Amino acid sequence: MSHNEMYSLQVNGVKHEVKDAWVGESLLYVLRERLGLPGSKGACEQGECGSCTVFVDGQAVCSCLVMAAAAVESEIATVEGLSPDGTLTDVQQAFVDEGAVQCGFCTPGLVMAVHHLLDENTDPSEHEIKEALSGNICRCTGYGRIFAAVDTAIARRKETAL
Amino acid sequence: MPVHIPHSITEATQLLSDIPDATLLNGGTDLMVEINFNHRKPNNVISLRGINELRSWSLDETTQKIFIGSGVPYSEIENGELKRMLPALAAASRTVGSPQIRAAGTMGGNLGTCSPAGDTLPVLAALDAEIHLASVDGVRSMPFSEFVVGPKRNSKQANELITGVSIPSANGWQGYSKVGVRNAMVISVASACLAIQNDSLRIALGSVGPTIIRCSETENWWNNAINSGSQVTDSLVEEFSRRVASEARPIDDHRSTAEYRRHAISVLAKRLLQRSTQS
Repeated sequence: MSHNEMYSLQVNGVKHEVKDAWVGESLLYVLRERLGLPGSKGACEQGECGSCTVFVDGQAVCSCLVMAAAAVESEIATVEGLSPDGTLTDVQQAFVDEGAVQCGFCTPGLVMAVHHLLDENTDPSEHEIKEALSGNICRCTGYGRIFAAVDTAIARRKETAL
Repeated sequence: MPVHIPHSITEATQLLSDIPDATLLNGGTDLMVEINFNHRKPNNVISLRGINELRSWSLDETTQKIFIGSGVPYSEIENGELKRMLPALAAASRTVGSPQIRAAGTMGGNLGTCSPAGDTLPVLAALDAEIHLASVDGVRSMPFSEFVVGPKRNSKQANELITGVSIPSANGWQGYSKVGVRNAMVISVASACLAIQNDSLRIALGSVGPTIIRCSETENWWNNAINSGSQVTDSLVEEFSRRVASEARPIDDHRSTAEYRRHAISVLAKRLLQRSTQS
């Protein structure tokens, strides 16, 4: 198992060099351990929990199931890139306001999933919201406050659009 | 450079021929789990994600067959035009993992892994889909029934690439059902696809045998009964359900028991048949 891979990844609009990597490293591992972007969380490493959700070429995917060295031609966006100046996005603010965060481990993945949903569908039904978040596991909240946060974000976007 | 990213099928098959031990990567939803858990340590990987030919689909107006490239993600199959033409395949695709998995995972991966629990495989079996392969020696196609040779084994040669699948556009009712431990994010304990195609009923089962099972005996019995004027009564539906379950060959494993699987498949078969006759 040789650690001699060298490649670059385009993350949040910035080109990052990766050196001395092993070919099988997941994008999640490379983001966290090599690029200093620990916002995406690692738990199950088999695509079941969604806490590592990132966008690859605009699609929300589990970064633990993306081979980093094969993503060199893709645009990658992580939770750190949602708001480069550090202010909260509307979805993040709604999570705070609705108390949708308890231990917080699942939050970055959920925030990414909600952004992806609302960017594609400005007025999702309850069923569509549940479907969109079905790949993100939260063991604290019971999801009630998370759905409230999604509703709040939708309502605020509608107000802003008026 | 151990990760190769070809941009055409020709380039990919040449690479496969040059590097016989290379591991093929498509959506990564199977392979990366094996790598993350140290079950596999590939030295050479050929990523197929850069090949646009594999990521498109097309309808042949003359044959009414739809070619779906092996790299088309489930998220594209479960919606839109493909859902209209291939409702059972769309329904099966929609039960795969989560939205994140469906945005990455592909039918090429389902076929490459060839697990009896592969969600789209009962649909391919029921509709006699054709599997297309390419290598430096040329291309070949074969029916799904010849492609699958055992549990997680298929007739793809080491130097071959799965380029896609051809499936006839639906011309009758078709549906797909699956049982798992919960609604979202689940590997099936039993699954079934029932399709009325060219006025004849077909049914194929997943997760209840070493490979996908096409219930030919039950199909023949049912089609003969209907063609000879039998009415669809409750007792005929019950008999169908019993016959389907008797064609299953389930085992006990970490996901379920043989007994439960046989029961579940009889319920799925009955429900699908009822839906098909009520539509």
